[in-house]
Amino acid sequence: MPSLKALRNRIASVKATQKITKAMQMVAAAKLRRAQGAAEAARPYAERMGRVLGNIALGMKDSPEAPKLLIGTGKNQVHLLVVCTAERGLCGPFNSAIVRLAREKAGALEADGKQVKFLCVGRKGFEQLRRQFEKQIVETIDLRAARVLGYEHAEGIGKKVIALFNESAFDVATLFYSRFKSVIAQVPTAQQMIPASFPVGESGLGQAIYEYEPDEEEILADLLPRNISTQIFRALLENAASEQGARMSAMDSATRNAGEMIKKQTLKYNRTRQAMITKELIEIISGAEAL
Amino acid sequence: MATFPFELVSPTRLVHSGEAEEVIVPGAEGEFGVFANHAPLISTLRPGILTIKAAGGEKRLYVRDGFAEVNPNGLIVLAEVAVPVEEIDAAAMAREVEAAEAALAEAKEGPERDKAHERLDQMKSAAAALGAAGAARH
Repeated sequence: MPSLKALRNRIASVKATQKITKAMQMVAAAKLRRAQGAAEAARPYAERMGRVLGNIALGMKDSPEAPKLLIGTGKNQVHLLVVCTAERGLCGPFNSAIVRLAREKAGALEADGKQVKFLCVGRKGFEQLRRQFEKQIVETIDLRAARVLGYEHAEGIGKKVIALFNESAFDVATLFYSRFKSVIAQVPTAQQMIPASFPVGESGLGQAIYEYEPDEEEILADLLPRNISTQIFRALLENAASEQGARMSAMDSATRNAGEMIKKQTLKYNRTRQAMITKELIEIISGAEAL
Repeated sequence: MATFPFELVSPTRLVHSGEAEEVIVPGAEGEFGVFANHAPLISTLRPGILTIKAAGGEKRLYVRDGFAEVNPNGLIVLAEVAVPVEEIDAAAMAREVEAAEAALAEAKEGPERDKAHERLDQMKSAAAALGAAGAARH
């Protein structure tokens, strides 16, 4: 049986932990509200961009002059997986869910005899992927210094991806991130960036005959790189909201667990204390009776 | 005067949304005005000043990098940067011009260099226009 002092110490330490997890939960809740707002504010831009590009791309798809970013290199040999994760842990299965999805995809591609390269955004994803794919990681982008996610961060990553593409370092690029569905549900998602993919069936405006200024090719050449940055930006924002949501629910259950543990330990402590008093009384009484 | 729905969207937020009588857009091949019932058009933007004329008065914004889409449902402008002219300061503008200059210095010969050159010119004229707008205000 543990001594009273050991039990007391254990209760105190669990209480301290509970305070920390509770504080983290509240901080995550506050940050979540902001991140969610930012993710929602970014949606109209990404959606309109996708729609307009989809419209133009539909007409260009079969033309031989279509830009490579749209139709791809014609090969399907080297895949680049852009894995966006968080910079910090303690957010439940958030990081490992994204990494698992990327790893499964990589495994499937390698089984097919394809070559896989990684570009990690966020330290946590890099740390997890390093164990298995150390040599295949082309670059790691650390956003720890960024206090507020700005479009310029996404633009920087987008430029790197395009530079790699222009060097023919890969044929197909896929973006991995976690879509924010609700506070308790974050869905790890894979999205193909190059060749560009557009949601199908979103016509509606397809009938209108547009005038293009400058011509379609130049517009596409201008917009496709922007679209990549936009997609990355959106992924980063969705990720930020998902991370805070995941952290909030993880810390919530940690706080609840700590509460349960305190209850159990307190009960044990009181029992032990009582047992010792009873034991001492019995000793005194039996001593007195022996006289 | 007939109005039409107009939206100005930047990656971070919906900057402006509402009915407008006329919008003057700095298109890649020259400024163009959009009234109600304009023919469908898609144009890229160059750095410059976008003017919104609505019943409530006139609003001017500095926009850069993006495109405008006119469709039967109105006008949508997507711009990576969209800031009201009143909020932009000369120093920030000077930095943007410098960035364009640096890009030109780095650019290789050929179409890339031409593009960088064109961009610097556009940047400079946008800065000049902003300077004029600032002077008129004071």
